[in-house]
Amino acid sequence: MAGKVYDCMKKIGDVIIENKDFLTDLDREIGDADHGVNMARGFHAVEEKVPADLTDIGAFLKKTGMTLLSTVGGASGPLYGTAYMEAGKVAAGKETITADEFNEMLLAAIAGIQKRGKAVRGEKTMLDALIPAQETYAAKVAEGAGIVDALDAACEKAHEGIEFTKTIRATKGRASYLGDRSIGHQDPGATSATLTLEAIRDYLKSNS
Amino acid sequence: MKKLINEIDNIVDEMLDGMTAAYPQYVKRLDGLDVLVRAGGSEGKVALVSGGGSGHEPAHGGFVGKGMLDGAVAGAVFTSPTPDQVYEAIMAANGGKGVLLVIKNYTGDVMNFEMAADMAADEGVEVEKVVVADDVAVENSTWTTGRRGIAGTIFVHKLAGACAEAGGDLATVKAVAEKVIANVRSMGMAVDACTVPAAGKPSFDLAEDEIEIGIGIHGEPGVNREKISSVNEIADKLLAKILDEGIYGEGDEVAVMVNGMGGTPLMELFVANKHIAEVLAGKGIKIYKTLVGNFMTSLDMEGFSITLLKLDDELKPLLDAPADTPAFVQV
Repeated sequence: MAGKVYDCMKKIGDVIIENKDFLTDLDREIGDADHGVNMARGFHAVEEKVPADLTDIGAFLKKTGMTLLSTVGGASGPLYGTAYMEAGKVAAGKETITADEFNEMLLAAIAGIQKRGKAVRGEKTMLDALIPAQETYAAKVAEGAGIVDALDAACEKAHEGIEFTKTIRATKGRASYLGDRSIGHQDPGATSATLTLEAIRDYLKSNS
Repeated sequence: MKKLINEIDNIVDEMLDGMTAAYPQYVKRLDGLDVLVRAGGSEGKVALVSGGGSGHEPAHGGFVGKGMLDGAVAGAVFTSPTPDQVYEAIMAANGGKGVLLVIKNYTGDVMNFEMAADMAADEGVEVEKVVVADDVAVENSTWTTGRRGIAGTIFVHKLAGACAEAGGDLATVKAVAEKVIANVRSMGMAVDACTVPAAGKPSFDLAEDEIEIGIGIHGEPGVNREKISSVNEIADKLLAKILDEGIYGEGDEVAVMVNGMGGTPLMELFVANKHIAEVLAGKGIKIYKTLVGNFMTSLDMEGFSITLLKLDDELKPLLDAPADTPAFVQV
């Protein structure tokens, strides 16, 4: 029987695959037109290679991260691969996670992305969606909100983060070569990161 | 989109098998991997491993052979290869004297090659890396990822490869690569964009009378879009930006590469080269050797890049040394 973490990851994969062309078109504007294609290839591989009956969330995320690392390529492969592997370390041995533990996973994922990508907030990357989302999530949970409500607020912030990426020029990644011409375009990585958070929220909403 | 393909997802796989079928005397493919290594192995010498996204053929697999590379890793089209593939290339190419990774400066390439280098180092292989960043179209500042690696990379393969072939140790080969990187600059332009097969449409749109100056090799837009002019005027613009670097002056000797982007007739490249030779002569810059052809392409993109490499008494013999690879033969 498929575990819950499998179902949730399946939801993430479905959303990424549904948005393949959208993400690729965004990347076409300021990058090299492959973000959606690469991410979709990675999540097809995750579905094939990560055992559905693996219920240890940490082990599942580690395997997911390694699969993305070896199938996505580009910059997204190491970045998302690292994010899932780092989040997996926090969840090692666990079959359920609390709202607080999910916050720790988000923090670990972000730290991994920052280390691997040598980027900070404000450089027109996925961090511009993830960092404000995590901050809001943590604040909501501290106020006593449940995981779904906290994720709702986080997703809203992630969307604001996407809008913010339209207003700034890229200083990391391939879009940085465009200089000021990258302004006006939303970052594909911030977009796929937001889609990921929304997929997790939607899964939890319909399964809690 | 009109392309000579079977399945979009199989392009890289079929290309590598096709290259292996064409050049068994030069290359063999590692089982189940998108890696080409020398057919005869690299025992007893420093190994050079390069690679990157596919779509730049003959780079990099075409330069695997005597006097240049020992291994080449092919990613998906315009997408860096993954760390596991690069790792296998390092392990297979290693002839016991260490491995030098020649990386083009792109966020993904640097990340994936660095992860692979860490993995190989954990296994006790001596790995060093150099990052080629020769594209003067891109501002080199803390505000960007840094300059891109483009056609100048081929000179790194050639000269560092010659040093390794002659028995240079890893530190010496790396020093040669770094010296080439310090003295090589390139800039390119496109008359028309390329079409990534999986995307199905051109990577950017240019009007009938527009060109893109400062183009990269991945169909990413350049730094300036303008009305088309004569090839002499276009070459002047690219050369001016390269000469602005202050590396190449009167009395210097250089190697010149006029590189086609994949969809440009050689006729046009030679027309460009006629002018480039005249301009350099006019400035008192002596051309020691010229290469004209498709070395670092961008699928079907129409356009070209100019590369200059300043030479000295150390680099000239390395440029002149023999090479025997599918895409570059020099006796």
